[in-house]
Amino acid sequence: MSKIHVTTTVNGDQVEFLADPRESLLDCLRDRLGLTGSKEGCGTGDCGACSVRLDGTLVCSCLVLGVEAEGKTVETIEGMANGNELHPLQRKFVEHAALQCGFCTPGILVAAKALLEQNDNPTETEIRYWLAGNLCRCTGYDKIVRAVMDAAAELRGEAA
Amino acid sequence: MAKDEFTEFKLVGTRPDRPDGLDKVTGRARYGADMSMPGMLWAAVVRSPHAHARILRIDTSKAEALEGVKAVVTRADFPEGLTGEEWNLQENTIAGDKALYDGHAVAAVAATSALLAQDAARLIEVDYEVLPHVIDVDDAIKPDAPAIRPGAADATVPEGMPANVVRYIDFGHGDVDAGFAEADLVMERSYKTEATHQGYIEPHACVGQLGADGKGEMWVCTQGQWYIRKMCADVLGLETAQLRVTPSEIGGGFGGKTTIFMEPLSLALSRKAGGRPVKLVMTRSEVLRATGPTASASMDVKIGMTKDGTITAARAEFRMQGGAFPGAPVDMALYCAFAPYKLKNVHHIGYDVLANRPKCAAYRAPGSPMGAFAVESLVDEMSRELGLDPLDVRLTNGVREGDRASYGPTFGSIGLIETLEATKAHPNLLVPLGPNQGRGIAAGYWFNHSGETSVSMAISEDGSAQVSVGTPDIGGSRASIALMVAETLGIPYEDVRVNVVETGSLGVNEPTHGSRATFASGKAAVVATGQAIKEMCRRAAAEWGIDEDAVEWVNGAAQPAGPNAGKFPPLTIREIAGKMGETGGPISGHHEGLPEGVGASFGCHVVDVEVDPETGHTTILRYLVVQDAGRAIHPSYVEGQYQGGAVQGIGWALNEEYIYGEDGRLQNAIFLDYRVPVASDLPMIDTVIVEVPNPGHPFGVRGVGETGITPPLPAIANAIQDATGLRMTHLPMTPPKVLAALKAAGRG
Ligand code: FES
Ligand code: FES
Repeated sequence: MSKIHVTTTVNGDQVEFLADPRESLLDCLRDRLGLTGSKEGCGTGDCGACSVRLDGTLVCSCLVLGVEAEGKTVETIEGMANGNELHPLQRKFVEHAALQCGFCTPGILVAAKALLEQNDNPTETEIRYWLAGNLCRCTGYDKIVRAVMDAAAELRGEAA
Repeated sequence: MAKDEFTEFKLVGTRPDRPDGLDKVTGRARYGADMSMPGMLWAAVVRSPHAHARILRIDTSKAEALEGVKAVVTRADFPEGLTGEEWNLQENTIAGDKALYDGHAVAAVAATSALLAQDAARLIEVDYEVLPHVIDVDDAIKPDAPAIRPGAADATVPEGMPANVVRYIDFGHGDVDAGFAEADLVMERSYKTEATHQGYIEPHACVGQLGADGKGEMWVCTQGQWYIRKMCADVLGLETAQLRVTPSEIGGGFGGKTTIFMEPLSLALSRKAGGRPVKLVMTRSEVLRATGPTASASMDVKIGMTKDGTITAARAEFRMQGGAFPGAPVDMALYCAFAPYKLKNVHHIGYDVLANRPKCAAYRAPGSPMGAFAVESLVDEMSRELGLDPLDVRLTNGVREGDRASYGPTFGSIGLIETLEATKAHPNLLVPLGPNQGRGIAAGYWFNHSGETSVSMAISEDGSAQVSVGTPDIGGSRASIALMVAETLGIPYEDVRVNVVETGSLGVNEPTHGSRATFASGKAAVVATGQAIKEMCRRAAAEWGIDEDAVEWVNGAAQPAGPNAGKFPPLTIREIAGKMGETGGPISGHHEGLPEGVGASFGCHVVDVEVDPETGHTTILRYLVVQDAGRAIHPSYVEGQYQGGAVQGIGWALNEEYIYGEDGRLQNAIFLDYRVPVASDLPMIDTVIVEVPNPGHPFGVRGVGETGITPPLPAIANAIQDATGLRMTHLPMTPPKVLAALKAAGRG
């Protein structure tokens, strides 16, 4: 099958790749662009490990075709820190031990950032429902939820 | 020497950032599927759609004719003549005469892209003769069940047993009949648990490379690179040392990544494709269909109790299926089942039974959760019947140091009583419950494990230290090992780097399993560090011209031991290390062996639930984990193990199960249908770390990974009884099952 040329913006950089029309955006990010931070846990939209933003919308990149990224902007975990300056969520995840194996972490960070951008003071319940599409098998979510709450407080300018 | 007398450490017990944290929050950490190599091919696997079928013909010609396909392998590409577990592993990697379960690999193909490999796999034609199959353990043990592998039974199985029984276990002590006669209440019940999957979010993935010269390499997500090396070498008939296996970062394992499933296929394909590296990544449905879930169990338990709650006798008969291969953890289930109780009279019987399901693998405290479900459910029910507090009944019968364990050995230092007392004192027990709410408690046990361990450490030129361990870091073990080494050396935590190394760097290490990494690699690292310290003291002594025994190591520096040794200013690690080139060369330490002194870990959980009488849905309102860690080196990661174990247990209790159709096919092979707990299902998980130090470890570590999955199954069943009066004896306790039970009781 012939491939399709795709031009898109990933984490602020303009990139091009050739995609098989059957390939997911996740496959293209990982295998065409070498951005392996987004993970495949299921390939069916059930685990959230592949979460990215597509024109600002939180999506499972395993459910988006690579060719759909044409002309759009994509944000992945690799673009979350500003150089060496971590996003508060990233820092709080390490501080709170909110990761064990860390495989779910990129997707959860991307999803949590999307939450905090639209709700800077989420309740525990709101965080739990927002992240209900992101499976973590290691932590039992306790420390993840605490890390998100703490990062939100810091972003609001409240002392922890 | 145990450091129990220390009440204060500088670093042990603190919560610094983990060393791999930055990589893991930035997406840089490299997991199994993140590796690519020059010239790499991609593989796909053809799997049986039948639960049990004879393979009549495999035609690979169409696949081979597809442009871009570089190799196809079937069982014919593997050596013959293997026996025992080596044969089992080979047979499970790729089917021989018969496909033994839905998802059993039959052929594999390597091509220049992943999509092409998948296209090629669809072109491989397999003719099957479908055979009768059996899925459920109670069906599989019937005398007229289809015989899955005649001749697979081992010597423990008495003559005349049903064909699928492959191992028989019978042990105990005392006189159970006399014990039951002494009881005021004797109860007997049957319980069932269904197979669940470890559910690690990272699917199995590897890149394998094997040349015609028999030399190969593998990058793989695994809990144990040496196990992968040996198993692949056995299955392929290679020289073990010619294979070099590098562990990637690992996206969860829980026991399921201690063995091989598809790894030899990538090597076999690579060899056939002229030695080009071959990447093989499972899909989620392949993970669920063809990698080791846990066993399912059918269990009968009988207990005798006096009016004051003393257990007079106990008997358990467990039947477990672990797929089409021997290895269901029925032995461990029995060893752990009554472990919290001091029993004069106890009898255990177990059957390991074959069924047409995937080969089971270890899952967190293998066997223990099932046994606990049965025993802790019955102890709870009897406590209620006798009007006794279930925690008091456990305190009355609880084992202490010096007691004989239900499974034979004598307990050393253990912390069950301390754990139960800490539970009793917790404020969660005072929270009032509303209508349809209930509280359940249960205890749990895991032995913990040591095993083959080899660790090297070395001092760098600037006085920082590197440690090479063979146990992959799944949940923070690099942090805990760095803390222990830094504490021992008297240097900052940040000055220690712990590396998980490939098989070429150390002697054989068992995997990160049995809750052993922080115990065994940690203990070996501390011993190795002691050797480096001794060497640094020797070099200081040489510089000062005094006897090396007159030098001691304090706070990261050598100093004369006492006034008689001479008056010299301390020589810091940095000063000694800076001169190592002139004073005798590298300074390092190495320790290997089977570290002794494993400390068992008991836990007790308390759960509050609310059962919706209209839907049968159970909500977890509150959850408490209390467990003896021995010593928490990095308490955040100890809590993390407690919380994660509890939540896996919650999933097992309420949702998770392998569901098979009449045709023997797995019906819920995606995460949408195999539903693991999500964030909105749960409250915070409260934890209490009890510390009864293990005298067998320099800092008192017991190992904390596994016990926590054991109590949730019965604790939740006990809470549901408290809320509804109904005793659920078959997991998972899904809403339809609970609702049906409510209706049957005339209350739904
Ligand atoms: S990989 Fe996309 S949701 Fe799981
Ligand atoms: S930390 Fe392992 S899956 Fe979340």
